[in-house]
Amino acid sequence: MSQVLAIENLSLSIAGARVVDGVSLSVAAGEVMAIVGESGCGKSLTAAAVMRLLPPAVRQEAGSIRLAGVDIARLRESEVRGLRGRRMSMIFQEPQAALDPLSTVGTHIAQSLRQPLHRVRAEVLRMLDEVGISDPARRIDQHPFELSGGMCQRVMIASALIGRPELLLADEPTTALDVTIQAQILDLLRKLARERGTAIVLITHDMGVVADIADRVAVMYAGRIAETGPVDALFAAPRHPYTALLLASIPRLTDVPKSVLAVIPGRVPGAAEFGPGCRFAGRCPLTEPRCEAEPPPLAPIGDGRATACWRWEQMV
Amino acid sequence: MGAITLTRYLASRIGQALLASFGVLTIVFFIMRLSGDPTLLLVPEGASLEQIAQLRHELGFDRPLGMQFLSYLGDLARFDFGESLVQRAPVLGIVAERVPYTVALAVGALVVALGLGIPAGIAMAVWRGGIVERALSGFVLAGQSLPTFWSGILLILLFGVSLRWLPTSGSDGFASLVMPSLALGIVAMSTFARMTRISVLDELSRDYVTAARARGLSRGGAVLRHVLRNAAIPVVTIAALEIGNLLAGAVIVETVFAWPGIGQLAIQSIQSRDFLVVQAIVLFVSLVYVFSSFLADLAYVVIDPRIRMGR
Ligand SMILES: Nc1ncnc2c1ncn2[C@@H]1O[C@H](COP(=O)(O)OP(=O)(O)O)[C@@H](O)[C@H]1O
Ligand SMILES: [Mg+2]
Repeated sequence: MSQVLAIENLSLSIAGARVVDGVSLSVAAGEVMAIVGESGCGKSLTAAAVMRLLPPAVRQEAGSIRLAGVDIARLRESEVRGLRGRRMSMIFQEPQAALDPLSTVGTHIAQSLRQPLHRVRAEVLRMLDEVGISDPARRIDQHPFELSGGMCQRVMIASALIGRPELLLADEPTTALDVTIQAQILDLLRKLARERGTAIVLITHDMGVVADIADRVAVMYAGRIAETGPVDALFAAPRHPYTALLLASIPRLTDVPKSVLAVIPGRVPGAAEFGPGCRFAGRCPLTEPRCEAEPPPLAPIGDGRATACWRWEQMV
Repeated sequence: MGAITLTRYLASRIGQALLASFGVLTIVFFIMRLSGDPTLLLVPEGASLEQIAQLRHELGFDRPLGMQFLSYLGDLARFDFGESLVQRAPVLGIVAERVPYTVALAVGALVVALGLGIPAGIAMAVWRGGIVERALSGFVLAGQSLPTFWSGILLILLFGVSLRWLPTSGSDGFASLVMPSLALGIVAMSTFARMTRISVLDELSRDYVTAARARGLSRGGAVLRHVLRNAAIPVVTIAALEIGNLLAGAVIVETVFAWPGIGQLAIQSIQSRDFLVVQAIVLFVSLVYVFSSFLADLAYVVIDPRIRMGR
C-alpha cells in the first residue's frame, strides 16, 4: 500500500533533550492511525513537526517526514505553506481556542482555499453541510462564540478538509468535548476518511478513542514508540508492558494480564532524567538489568506489529 | 434584541461617566474654596474690613459653602460659568479661546504616540528576540524615562537652538506645534509601544494563530488577518485613558513651550486663585476624559462582535 505519510527515525530536541527520539510511523490513504500515550510523551510535537509548525525552542535533530514521498523538512517555508491546508491539515484539542474570536466561520474555512469568502461561498456552505452543521447559511456568518464546542470542532474539520488534503492530523480532537459529542465527532472523522480517502493521524491519550476509530495504533512513551500494530491484534494481546498498562486503564477490557501490571508505580521521567536504556524501565514490572543499560529497538514481531521491549516474549 | 442591550450598555456608560465628572467637579470646588478666601485677592490694597465684607457679600462668598455649591451647579445647568474674578470677563470665553490650542497639541501628540508607538509595538512583538526588538526597546525605555519637561528642553536645544529648524516657543503655525507635540507624545508613545507589544505577543501565542498557519497562512498573514484586530482591544482602552494623561502632560508642555492652551491657563488661574476658571477647566478636562472612554466603548462595539451581540 502506498503511504501518504511516512515518518522515519524522527528526533526532536529541546535544549539538547530528545523529547521525541527515533519515531517512525506511516499512514496509508483512508487509514486512521492513532498515536496514543500519556501527556507530555511527544505526540503534539510529532504532529507539529509534520506540519513544520514546531515551536521555536524545538529542533529537528534527525529523521525524515515524507508526504507522498517528498521530505517536508527539506522544503522551503513557502513550499511547506503551499502544502498546508491543501495537502495536509490539522485540527486541535480546543476547537474554540483554535478559531479567531473576531472572524466568522466562513472566513476561517475559505482561508484553506486561499480565496476570499465571497468567491467560494457555495463551496463553503456545502462543506459545512457535509460536516453535519445544520442551517449552514446562517452559521457561515456567525462567530465562534455563537457556537458550541462540538460545532466549533465541526467548523475546524470543515476548514481542514475543504482543500481535499491527503493527510489530516487530529491532535486530541475530542478531549475537550462532552462524551456524546466525542462519539459524533469521531464518527464524522471516520466517515470522511472513508469517503474521501484521507489518511488520518489521530492523537489521543485515551485507549477508548483508539478502539472506537483507529485501524492501527502507535503507543508512545517518553518520546519513543513502545509498540505499534493493528488495533485489534494489539488490544487482544499487547506485546509491551506499557501497552498492557494503558489497556488495563479501560475497565471493559478484562483479558489483560492484570496480575503483572495491577499497580505500576512511578511516573513518566522528565526529559532531563532519561537514562541510556529503556525509558519505561523505571516503572516496568518486567525490568531486568539489560533494560536499564541498552535501549530496545522497535523490532518487528510479525503480523504488521512491532515492539520495543527486550522481554516481550514473556508476555505471550 | 442586540440593539436594545447595546443601547442600554452605552446609556449606562454615559451615566457612569457623568457621575464621575460630577464627583471630580465637587472635589475641585471644595478644595479651591478651602484653600483660601478669594475675596482677599480682589480688594484693592488698604481696603477696610467693611469694604471687604461688603465685596464678599456681593460675590456671595459669605454664604455657607454648600449653598454656594448649589448655586454654582444651578448656574452650570444654564451654561453660565460665571465671570473670572481676575480678568472680569466671562469664564466661558476665556477658556474657549484656549481650547483650540490644547486640542491641536493633544491631536499632534496622539499622532506621534499612535503613529510611532503602535507600529513599534507590533514590530517588537513580531520580531521578538532580534535586533529590531532590542533597538526599539531602547527608544521606548528612553521615551518613558525622560520627564516631559526634560525631553521638551532637549528638543528645544536640538531643533530650536542648535539646528534652528523650529521655533523654540510660541504659537506661530504648524512649525511651532511640532516640538510640543513630540515632547507631549513621547511618553504616550512608549506606553502604546509597550502595551501593543504585550498585547500582540499575547495573541501570537494563541492556538488560533497556529491553526491559521496550519490552513496555509504565513506568519505575517496570520498577524494581519487575525492577530492585530484581537490585539487592538486592550490598546483601545489604553488609548482612551492616555488622552486624559495627555491633558495632564499638556500643563507642563504648554508651560515649557509657552503654548497658550488651557494647561497654561490652568497654571495661571491656580496661581491667581481664579477658581471659576480652574473649575471650568477641570470640568472640560473631565468631560473630555469621559467622552474618550465613551469613544473607546464605541470602538469595542465596532471591533468585537461579542459585545455587539450583547454577550
Ligand atoms: N513550546 C515548547 N517549549 C518547550 N517545551 C515544550 C514545548 N512544547 C512541548 N514541550 C515539551 O515537549 C514534550 C512533549 O510535548 P508534547 O508533544 O506537547 O506532548 P503530548 O502532546 O504528548 O502531551 C513535553 O515534555 C513538553 O513539556
Ligand atoms: Mg498534546
